Amino acid sequence: MDLATQGVEALRMMSVIREFEARLPAFSEAGLIRGSTHPSVGMEAVAVGVSMNLQPQDAIASNHRGHAHCIARGADLGKTLAEIFGRSDGYCRGHGGSMHLGVKELGILGTNGVVGAGIGLATGSALSAKLRGVNEVSVVYFGDGATNQGILAESLNLAAIWSLPVVFVCENNQYAQSTPLKSTVKEQRLTLRGEAYGVPSYDVDGMDVAAVYQLARDVVERARSGGGPSMILAECYRYLGHMAADTEIYRQKAEVESWKNRDPIATFAIRLREGGFLDDAKFTALQKDVTAAVDAAEAFAKAAAMPTADQAMQHVIAAE
Amino acid sequence: MNAPVANKVTQLSIWRALNAALRDAMAADPTVFLMGEDITSWGTGGGIYGVTRKLVDEFGPERVRNTPISEEVIISAGVGAAMRGSRPIVEIMYSDFILLGMDAVINQAAKARYMFGGQFSVPMVLRTNQGSGMGKAGQHSQCLETLYAHIPGLEVITPGTSDDAYGLLRSAVDSPNPTIFLEHKALYNERGPVTYEKIPIGKAKIAREGKDITVVATQMQLHRALAAAERLVAEGIEIEVVDPRTIAPLDTNTIIASVEKTKRLLVVHEAHQLFGWGAEVVCQVIEGCGSALRSPPRRLGGKHAPVSYAEAMEQAVMPSVDEIIAAVKASVGR
Repeated sequence: MDLATQGVEALRMMSVIREFEARLPAFSEAGLIRGSTHPSVGMEAVAVGVSMNLQPQDAIASNHRGHAHCIARGADLGKTLAEIFGRSDGYCRGHGGSMHLGVKELGILGTNGVVGAGIGLATGSALSAKLRGVNEVSVVYFGDGATNQGILAESLNLAAIWSLPVVFVCENNQYAQSTPLKSTVKEQRLTLRGEAYGVPSYDVDGMDVAAVYQLARDVVERARSGGGPSMILAECYRYLGHMAADTEIYRQKAEVESWKNRDPIATFAIRLREGGFLDDAKFTALQKDVTAAVDAAEAFAKAAAMPTADQAMQHVIAAE
Repeated sequence: MNAPVANKVTQLSIWRALNAALRDAMAADPTVFLMGEDITSWGTGGGIYGVTRKLVDEFGPERVRNTPISEEVIISAGVGAAMRGSRPIVEIMYSDFILLGMDAVINQAAKARYMFGGQFSVPMVLRTNQGSGMGKAGQHSQCLETLYAHIPGLEVITPGTSDDAYGLLRSAVDSPNPTIFLEHKALYNERGPVTYEKIPIGKAKIAREGKDITVVATQMQLHRALAAAERLVAEGIEIEVVDPRTIAPLDTNTIIASVEKTKRLLVVHEAHQLFGWGAEVVCQVIEGCGSALRSPPRRLGGKHAPVSYAEAMEQAVMPSVDEIIAAVKASVGR
C-alpha cells in the first residue's frame, strides 16, 4: 500500500466501519434491530485491505458477520443500516436484514445466514465470469468456523481444477461463535487446507490493513490475469460478543484487551503519523467526517418507512 | 434463433427429446452452460442416461463441464453463476444426490430473489432423474418432487412424455426462477411425438378425455393411468387423465374444471402418498369445487416405505395399473 496516497483512505474506511458497527448493540437494545446482528468491531482491516483491490465489476460473497464487507465494497451506509433496521428503503426492502443483505449493483451476492454458503456462491460467480469471458474477480469472506464445512473443500478443489478467478478470504477471529478454533481443528495450519487442493494459501496479520492490502493485491491480480484461485488466512479478532446477549464466558477479558493492543485502526493511525501522512488536524477532520457520515446514515435509517404487511408476498418468484 | 428442426414433428424417445432441448437451448443462448458428473464421458458420451450425449463435441468443454463428485458445490456454484448472469443447467446424476446440496437449493436458490428484495434472479435449471422400476433401490429411486414443491421460490417440473420433456426443458432454461427438472429414469426410452415448441410452465394437459372420473397423474403413473383407461373402456368407464406436468406452480384451474365435469377425482403419484402432493390436489379440489363431487376424492401414492431392490417388493411400493383400476371403480361405484 502506498501510504501517501492510500493510507488516509484506508484509515477513513476502517473508521467508518468501526463507528457503524459500534453503534449496533445500542440499536439492538433499543429495539431498532430484530433478530441476530453480528458486528465486526476489531476486524475492519481485512474487509478494507481486500476491497481496496477490487474493481467495480467484481463480486463478493459474505457471511453472517458481513456489514464490514458490504461497506468496504462501497455500500451506502444509510441503505445498509435501513436494511438492518428492516425498512423499505433498505437495500432489500426489509426482506433480508443483517444476515441476508445483497446489493446487485455492487456485485454483493449477499451476507449469508448459513456458515460457508457464500463460498460456493463465489465459486459459481467466478465460473460465470470465466464463461462470460469477462475480467471479474470474485471474493468470498468466511470465518474460521466455516473451514470445517464441506463446501470449502469442494469449492477449493473445483476452483483449482478449473482455475477460477476467486479469492477465498478466511477471517480467523479465533472463535466459531463460542468455540475456539484450537478445539475443532487438529491441524492448526489452515493454509494446508488450500495447499492440499492446489490453491496457493497465505497467512497474514489481519490486524494490519497494509499487510492485508499487499497480499490481496497479489492474489486478486493473479485471479484477474487468469492465474486461478488463492486463499488468504487473516488472523484477527472481534472485540464485541458474537451477537447481542453473548455472555462471553468462553474467553478472558485479558485476551480481548491484549488483542486491542494490536487495534487495526489505532496502530495504523500511528503509522501514518510517523510516516508524516497524518497530523492532528487531518485526523480530527477525518474523525469528524466519519461521525457525520454515520450520523447521517442513522438519521436516514430511523426515518425510513417500515414495510407493510401487504409487501410480504412480493418478490417470492418472478412472473413468467 | 430457430430450433434446427422447428415445425417438424418427429418421434423421439424422452432422452433424445431432452438432448435436443439442451442442444437447442445452448444454440439459442450463449449464457447457457451445462455441468454435472460424467456428463461428457459416460457410455456414448453423455452422462448416466445419455441425455447430454455429444453436446461436448458441439459446444466444447467450457460450456459442457464434467465435474468432480461434489454435489454441494456443483449446485451452489450453479446458484452463484445464475446470480451473475449465466444460465446454468446443472445435472445431478440421481435425484437422491440433490440432498447433498440441499442448502444451495432451499436456503440459497429459492430465497435469493426474496431475501434481497427482488434484486437477483436465479435462472438455474437443476436436472436429474428420479423414480423406481429399474432395480436401483433405496438411494437411487426416490420421487421427491413434494419436497421442492413445499418451498416458495422454486418451480418443479415433472415431464412424462417426449414433447413435454422438450418443451418444458426449453421453458425451464428461459425461466428467471430456479427450476427443479425431474425426469423419470424408467421413461427415458419411452417414445412419442415432439413438436419442438416451448411449453409454458404451470399448464396442465388433458392427456385423455373422459366423463366419469378425473385421474391426475404424472410420469410413470401418467402412463399407468392411461393404461388403466384403456382397460376400463370395455367396462364402460371413461377416465379423464390430467397431467399437471409441473407440480409447482400447480395448474389447479385445469384440474378443477375437469372435476367439475366428471364429478370425481383420483390423484396418482409415485411419490410417497403420506403428506404427498396428491393430498394437496385433493384439498384444493375440495376447496375449489367440493360441492360438485359425487364421491369422496381419493389419492393413490407410493407406500410409506423406501424403494426396495428385489423386483416384487420394488413394484409393491408404487401404484400399479390394477390398483388404479380398483381405485377408479371404488370411486365410480362399480
